[in-house]
This record gives sequence, C-alpha cells and structure tokens, in this order.
Amino acid sequence: MRDLSTINGLLAVATGWLIIGGLGILFPRRFTLISRVLFPLGAVLGLALACLALTGIAGEVQTIILPLGLPDLPFHLRLDGLSGFFLLLLGAASAGISTYAAGYFRKGGGTAPGLQCLLYHVFLASMAFVMLADDGYAFMVAWETMALTSFFLVTSEHRHAEIRRAGYLYLLVAHVGAVGILLSFGVMAGSAGDYTFDAMREFFHHGAWPTIAFLLAVFGFGAKAGVLPLHIWLPEAHPAAPSPVSAMMSGVMLKTAIYGLMRVTFDLLQAQLWWWGLILLLFGLASAIFGVIFSAIQTDMKRLLAYSSIENIGLILVGFGLAIIFKSFLLPHLAALALTATLYHCLNHAFFKSLLFLCTGSVLHATGERNLGKLGGLIHRMPWVTWLALAGVLASAGLPPLNGFVSEWLLLQSFLFTSGLPHGYLNMLLPVVAAALALIAALAGFAMVKFFGVVFLGQPREEKLAAAHDAGRLERLGLLWLAVGCVALGLLPNLVIMMLDPVTRLLVHSGLSAAASSHGWWLLAPISEDRASYSPAIFFGSIALFMPLVFWLVRRRYHGRMSRVPAWDCGFPLQTSRMQDTAEGFGQPIRRVFSPFFKRTREHPSAFDTQPRYLSIVEDPIWYWLYVPITRIVEFGTRLIAFLQEGRIAVYLLYSFATLIILLVLTRG
Amino acid sequence: MNLSILHAVPLAGQVINLCAAIMLLLGFAMLAQRRILTLINLFMMQGAVLAVSTAIVALTTQQHHLLWSAGLTLILKVILLPYILHRLIRRLSVKWDIETLLNIPTTMLAGIALVVIAFNVAQPISQLSGTIMRATIGIALACVLLAFLMMITRSKAVPQVIAFLAMENGLFFAATSATYGMPMVVELGIALDVLVGMVIFGVFFFQIREQFDSLDIRHMERFKER
Repeated sequence: MRDLSTINGLLAVATGWLIIGGLGILFPRRFTLISRVLFPLGAVLGLALACLALTGIAGEVQTIILPLGLPDLPFHLRLDGLSGFFLLLLGAASAGISTYAAGYFRKGGGTAPGLQCLLYHVFLASMAFVMLADDGYAFMVAWETMALTSFFLVTSEHRHAEIRRAGYLYLLVAHVGAVGILLSFGVMAGSAGDYTFDAMREFFHHGAWPTIAFLLAVFGFGAKAGVLPLHIWLPEAHPAAPSPVSAMMSGVMLKTAIYGLMRVTFDLLQAQLWWWGLILLLFGLASAIFGVIFSAIQTDMKRLLAYSSIENIGLILVGFGLAIIFKSFLLPHLAALALTATLYHCLNHAFFKSLLFLCTGSVLHATGERNLGKLGGLIHRMPWVTWLALAGVLASAGLPPLNGFVSEWLLLQSFLFTSGLPHGYLNMLLPVVAAALALIAALAGFAMVKFFGVVFLGQPREEKLAAAHDAGRLERLGLLWLAVGCVALGLLPNLVIMMLDPVTRLLVHSGLSAAASSHGWWLLAPISEDRASYSPAIFFGSIALFMPLVFWLVRRRYHGRMSRVPAWDCGFPLQTSRMQDTAEGFGQPIRRVFSPFFKRTREHPSAFDTQPRYLSIVEDPIWYWLYVPITRIVEFGTRLIAFLQEGRIAVYLLYSFATLIILLVLTRG
Repeated sequence: MNLSILHAVPLAGQVINLCAAIMLLLGFAMLAQRRILTLINLFMMQGAVLAVSTAIVALTTQQHHLLWSAGLTLILKVILLPYILHRLIRRLSVKWDIETLLNIPTTMLAGIALVVIAFNVAQPISQLSGTIMRATIGIALACVLLAFLMMITRSKAVPQVIAFLAMENGLFFAATSATYGMPMVVELGIALDVLVGMVIFGVFFFQIREQFDSLDIRHMERFKER
C-alpha cells in the first residue's frame, strides 16, 4: 500500500476551498461571515496546502484517480516534486492574499461579496487542480475553470465599460492560448488518443512532432504568462481587477503557465533540442526588456506593476531556456543551476509582486487614486503600508539582502558558465544576454524607485490625500506575511535551494544543494566557493550593525547643534507640491533613451500660449504592429462572409432549400 | 412481403395512386395561386385527399392506427386549421391578391424541375420500401419540395404559413407511403405542434402588422445588421 496521505490532504484542502466558496454563495448577504470567517479560513487552508506541498516535494510520487469527470474518462491526479513546488507557491502566496482580502472586500459596488467569495475560492482550487492534474482532460478542465473564474473576478466592477473591455481582452487571449495548449496535448496524445500524461511521456521522440507540440505549448502557455506578443491583456486586466485578484493573478496564476510549460517541456517531452531553449530565452529576453522599459514610464500604479510582471516572467523564461540549453548539451549541473534560479525567481516573484499589488490596493482604498500624478507623501499617513511596500520594492529591484537579489544573482551566475558550451554562436550570444539582464535589473530598480518615491515620499499632490488612512488589521497581517516571506527567502537561500533539490533532480537529474551548502547554511556558493559566493546573513548582519552605529555616531557628533529650518527654496518664493518631480518627469529620460520602443503622441504648447496644454500619450506599439492588422484581416474575412446575411427571409429559406436539394442529389448519387 | 397485398387489391392501389396524383396537382395549384382565400381552400382539399388516402391504406392493410391518423388529419387540416386561417384573414383583412417574388410561370418551371429531382431521389427509397404506397414516395417528396418552393417565393406572411402547413402535409404523406406512418405518439405530437405553431403564427401576424402596418415580410429586411 503506497502512502497517499499527502495528495489526499492536498485534495482535502482544495475541496475545503470549494466548500468555502459554496458557503459564500449560500449566504451572499452575510458580510461579516464572509469577510471575518470564510476568507481567513481560506487563508488557513492556504497555509495547510503550503505545508503539505512542502512535504510532497521531497516525498515519493503519489498518484490517485478521481472517479469524477465523464464516463471512462476519470481525472488522474499526481503529486511529484514539480507540482509540489508550485503548490507550495500557491499555498504560501494565497495565505497572505486571502488574509488581506478578508479586510479588503467592502460592501456595495461591483459583484456581491458572496459571489466574490465563491469565485475567489474556486479560482484557488482550480489552480491547485491544474498543478495536480495528470491527464490532458483534467488539466484543461481545471485550466479553463481558472480562466473563467479569473475573468469574472477581473470584471467584478463590470459597470465600467473599460473594465468590461479589459475582461473581454483577457478572456479572448486566454481562450486563444487554451486552444494552443489543447492542440499541444492533442499532438502528444498522438493517434492512440490516450490523454493521460503517462501515455504522453511514451510519445514517440522523433520527427517534427515533438517540436510542433513544444511550439504549441509555448504559444498556449505564453498567452497566459504574458510573453511578448501575447502580453497585451496583462496591463489592461491588472488595473481592472480588485487588488487581491491582481495579486493572485500576477503572483500565482502567471506561474501556473510556467508550471505547465515546465511540465510539458521537461517532463512530457523531456527537453530534447537546444534551440527550444534558445527560443524560450529570446522570447523571455524580449519580454523582459519590453516589460521593464514600459514599466519605467507608466503613470498608473497597477499598470506599472503589470509591466513589471511581464519583465519578471521574461526573466523566468530566460532561466528556463538556459536550463534547456544546458540540459541538451549534457551539462546537468549547470542546468540545475539555471533551473534553480528560475524556480527561485518564480517563488520570489509570487511574494514580492503580490505584496506590491496588495499595497496598491491599500493606497487605492485610502485615496481612490491609481494615478501616480495624484499621489505622494503617503508615508506620513500610511506608515505600515509604506514600510511593507518598501520591502517589496527592494525585493523587486533585486537588492540584497532581499529575495529578488538571490534569484537574479543565481541567474547571472549561470550565464557566466555558458562559455563552456560546445556551440560557437551560443557562446557569443549568451554573454550579450547576460549583459541585457544586467540592464534589465538596473531598469527594474529605476521603475521601483519611481513607484515608491512618487507614491509614498515627497509631499501629497492632492488635498484629499490628507484624509488617507492606513490599512486595517487583517490587511496588515496579509502584507506582513508576504513581506516576511520576501526577507526570509532572501536570508535563507540555502534552505530554499535544498528544498528545490528534488525538483531539479526530477527535471534535469542533478541538484545544487550538495555544492551550495557545503560551507554551512550561511554561505551560498552555487558552483564553488572560489568562483562566486554570497552570504546574505553576513550582508544583513553588517547592515543591521552599521546603520545604527552610523546613526548613533552622527547623533552624538552633531547632537544639539542641529536645528530645523525651512528647506532652501532655490530662489523661488513659492513652493507647492505640484513642483515635485512627477512620474512623467521621472520617466522622461527613459522615454527619450528608448524612444524607438514606444508609439508616442505628443503635444507641446508654445512658450507664448496663454492656456498651455501638455499632452503625452505613450502606447504599446505591438498593438499597432500586430493586433490592429489581425483585427483588420478578421474584419475583411467576415465582410466576405457577411454577404450571406441578406436580410430577406426568402433568401434564408433558399439557403436551406438549396442545401436540402444538394444533399438529396448527393445521397442519390 | 407485402407484394401479395398489392397484387391482391389492385383497386386500392389504383385509388391511392390517384390520390397521390391529386395531391401533386394541388401542390402545383397552390404554387400558382395568387389569392389567399383560394389558397386556403386548396390547402383544405389537399388535407382531405390526404385523409382519404390514409384511410384507404388503413382499411386495405389492416393498419388500424392509421385510421386514427386519418381522423386526426381530417379534424385538424380539413376543419380546424382552415377555420382558423379563414378567421385570421378576415380579421387581418388580407383576402385579396398576393404578390410573389418570382413570376408564376418561372415558379412552375422550377416546380417541374423539383418533381424530376424528387422522383430520381425517391427511386432507391421506394425500392427498399415494402409498403403498398411505395410508388408514391416520389410524389410525397415532390409535395414537400413544392411547398418549400412556395414558402420561398411568397412575400407575405400568411401564404408562407400555408406553405409551411402544406409541407407538413407532404411529410405526413411521405411517412405513410414509406412506412405506414409514424408511431401514434409521434403523430399526435406533430399534430399538436402544428396547432400550437398556428397559434403562434397568428400572434406573430398581429405583431408584424402592428409594427409595419403590413404583413409584407420584406419590411423585415431592415433588421439586417449593417
């Protein structure tokens, strides 16, 4: 009798989420019940899921067949290291987000709280099922449930036309992507028509079919993850959704796409050709550069974070592609390094991006503003949110000792070993990619400084900001959980790498933990100590030591000789908060330097204009290069067909008449 | 197996063939008719012929459930529906001339072509069928197609509905000729459908007239999506 306790526990948690959702819809008006009992209960279940998944990563593979679904087509579920890791990510992030959501959802406006509760928890459960699914059928059912519930969550403020439009765009891209995934499974299932993943693993490994399956999977999962030409839904859907939903989508849902791609590439297709990795790497690099540049010039908080998500997904794909390249050149240890960096970054991004999205939610609740140009100086009014957002911002900018640094550092380290590859062009190309990664990291820092500085520092730009209030208790607790996660993941990289060891062993047959922790828990040396090492504990310790020391010294040296006077006003007699550096102003150098990336509409007033008006709209050029032509083609095609709609009943009758006659004559022949 | 019956009662077979011929003739007459009142009368006659032929089949082949069908046809298509239609056109006051979309001679030529097609198509079916009326399957199919053609070529709503009902006549005839009719339950269901359909059409007529001051369905062309 095999041990099935972990997978049964995971199933129980997912079922618990479904039950919570059901209770929510049964009592749609009991607001206190929903916000004070059901959502916190969901958070506890999330924590339980994370703990179970943690034991599942290192444990044996567990499979189970659910007697659900269609006749002769039951749901196969399977728990291995890879699904365990992503379930851990789901559970850990959802624990914080659900706690926050308990305090976030308010009465009135948009979808009723009971319905919201149902959709949210079905969304969580469907993501858990996506990660557990072991056949194409169960996977697609869970995947589509995830897409639909998240669509309804995005459009919860459905009274606004632009939110409906954003939701429609999201649904469209999600479905086009789902078609790609379905076709990919179809190719892998082959002629046998067996959709279990076990059968797909036995899929014949020759000819062009594996490549076709891989490319279809890249297309399908790329649409969900927001890879470059399919990213357009992200910056629309994230601002439209309520903040906990944005956090869930960005932090966790995008990772389900990464999970799916890893499952297909490493597990089902066994990552065969090196240029598959190159494709992923180039798409990832393009997404990362594009995302970070656009995030640096945004003036809407949530759009900024959405573009930053595109950037992070890009980084994850770069690592993923590199892992495939290493694996196909039979360098398992380096593949394990790249894969560890990738998975690590998935986990980090789940924590810091959820944290930041939730912080924007608090700001939105307190001020009703998403526009950076109307915020500012919130550090005085919202100290909790500000300091917790600072943790997220530092992590997102990739600064030590927080978690973002560790994964980006590991990624760069893995690029430093590419010179050993037995392929000339790759040897020349990959260092360029590494340089681009450094650029991306720097620009990400820029975007994050802009986000934090404009929202929280400086003077309030509007009168009403004075009335802003800090986040409530439950919201703070949720934010605190995620922020502590960011710090802990940054300080204890060796533990994380040890945890990732079974996953990399499963996918690329090698692990890092032995080499990485050979020098104790405090020193991270992924390959060897004399090559590169990083000790977050020492780093953090010295910061913690020197900062108070310097502070104390300065206080002591200048104590009593300091006096507060008005700031120097640069010779201007009048200073208002409108004279601060704005989001547009801060992003101006980026707009100028990277101007070929944008489609800009500008209108500068002349110096003698008595009523000057300044206009600058920066748009996504891909919309015009790719999507507008596609819509034109579709419109042209439909117009070709539209002549069938004559508007006369006689003609419609004639159509069926002619069809009938033709069919009769054909069957006669 | 039923060939013996055909040889045993040649007279009944002859009468059924005569009925079939009359039905086809009535079908053409309806196709060519411009006046609604006459159209209703023709429809009534077609129903009567159908009832007679069904009754003859029932008596000669001892298929007693067909007698019920014949009775149902008589009540519904000879008495009830014509009565409703008469009342309807009186209340809508549209008894007079109707326009066709296609001129009558062209329609007739198209009808002849349809009959040729129907006979060709029906040939293999009638070879498989073992009923006394198997020779008439082609005629039944031709009736259906002629009614369909009539539905296409009329521009007013009432003649279209009559065409629809005539099509049902043809279908019923085809069913009896191919397999001695459908099971009773199905026939009852269809009869009820026809009746309910008629009521709904009646409601629609009034609605259409209220909207457009006319029963000309060409007015509906403006519902087309631009």
